[in-house]
Amino acid sequence: MSTTQFLFTGFGGQGILFSGKFLAYKGLIEDKQVSWLPSYGPEMRGGTASCSVIISDTPVGSPIVSNPDVLVAMNLPSLDKYEDAVVPGGIIYVDSSLIERKVKRTDVTVHYIPATSLAEENGMPTLANMIIVGKMLSELNEFNDEGINAALGKVISARHADMLEYNLKALKIGSEN
Amino acid sequence: MASKVLMKGNEAIAEAAIVAGCRHYFGYPITPQTEVAAYMAKKMPKIGGCFLQAESEIAAINMVYGVSSTGHRVMTSSSSPGISLKGEGLSYLAGADLPALVVNVQRGGPGLGGIQPSQSDYFQATKGAAHGDFHMLVLAPASVQEMADLTVKGFDLADKYRMTAMILADGTMGQMMEPVSLEYDIAPPPEKPWATTGTNMQREHNIVNSLYLAPEALERENFKRYERYKYIEENEAMYEEYMTDDAEIFVVAFGIAARVAKNAINDARNRGIKAGLIRPITLWPFPKAPFVKAESQAKAVISVELSMGQMIEDVKLALDCKVPVTLCNRSGGMIPSPEQVLKAIVDADNGGAK
Repeated sequence: MSTTQFLFTGFGGQGILFSGKFLAYKGLIEDKQVSWLPSYGPEMRGGTASCSVIISDTPVGSPIVSNPDVLVAMNLPSLDKYEDAVVPGGIIYVDSSLIERKVKRTDVTVHYIPATSLAEENGMPTLANMIIVGKMLSELNEFNDEGINAALGKVISARHADMLEYNLKALKIGSEN
Repeated sequence: MASKVLMKGNEAIAEAAIVAGCRHYFGYPITPQTEVAAYMAKKMPKIGGCFLQAESEIAAINMVYGVSSTGHRVMTSSSSPGISLKGEGLSYLAGADLPALVVNVQRGGPGLGGIQPSQSDYFQATKGAAHGDFHMLVLAPASVQEMADLTVKGFDLADKYRMTAMILADGTMGQMMEPVSLEYDIAPPPEKPWATTGTNMQREHNIVNSLYLAPEALERENFKRYERYKYIEENEAMYEEYMTDDAEIFVVAFGIAARVAKNAINDARNRGIKAGLIRPITLWPFPKAPFVKAESQAKAVISVELSMGQMIEDVKLALDCKVPVTLCNRSGGMIPSPEQVLKAIVDADNGGAK
């Protein structure tokens, strides 16, 4: 029995909500209990955005993640705001191309990924979020093609089917980084 | 296993309404319920239904009155300030005994307030939506699945009792996504011989009206309506109990507050404190049955709310004030944390209920 609480944070427009939704769908496809809760205030119009995702073997209680097991920080204000909230022994994924400072906590595992630079170098500037998710899935031993393909099929609408390939590539880049 | 999809609570309400046979939606946008209208705007034209963005909330509720008079399933949705605007129409619907589904995805108040989640329209929904003697059926979902289930149930109850069923949700329930299954066996709506469908020269006119100038006649209508309310109170109350069998500390909470409270109760149990939850699913009628048990075995009762303490009055009434009841709350769009609820449970268990 396990429950993992994720908090995705960054600027509006970085795909914070999308990457959370992808992870939640992957959980659903793998028969987990899941919840996804976005910030829906004015922040989604360009300020800081966040989204809580819980993936569990048992029914999800409160969908609000205030002390994440896993934090994704894609900008400095988010790292400043949420670093201390991570549970001891938790994991922080930092987009090191946008956040210059190091994580101060010493009781958590930190992965620095230059996700935005990697995304730009590979001609997919909007997919830094999925590069980080790729790294996360690989660290969590959850990088399985079947779940990934099925979840991407759910979160990418038919209208944007051409993005499927790019998302797969971004996840792969992340997993190999 | 029924196939499940991830949906926002607001979208689940909209889709469930369509599944339940609702083909008329009237509304006006307001955060955090706008996805209901957006979903309807997309879907209704494709299935021969009617989506109409009214010029105001007041217009929308009166369009609901019009369609309901013809016997069709109809709904509107809004958030707190918008529901206040609908008040007059809600009273007219009650006075004319018309069924309708009204959704309130609550946000912080009073006034224009804020856009974050709240439960501070409890009084309004259960006791005072508008002028006159009347009630609405008030359903309080605590998951996206229940957003859908209670929408279907709400249409059934509204038709059965010829009254408004209100879904009283909040911003988190509207905005969060959870897996949801939308496979229902939909019973056909009951016959509505009172509906204004045209006489075809075959019957007397049906009249839908809430004006009774003779006080004797108006009183008679009110007495009749309250007999129906009494029957509903005895037969339609819904609730969930969680770990109450041996509980000594009873937490009472609905909607998102109940979700938070469950985390706190699990934590309390891990510390050896016998805590349990009563979760009213109908807020009107307020479920009295589980409080009989609470009255006999509770050391203390805690009402957890996203308001300054509204449901707590019904909790005290249900307990006849025989057990001390304390409030654990946040307001204005803030949500109590599991830690805050746990502290209230620990305090109550120590006998030091504040």
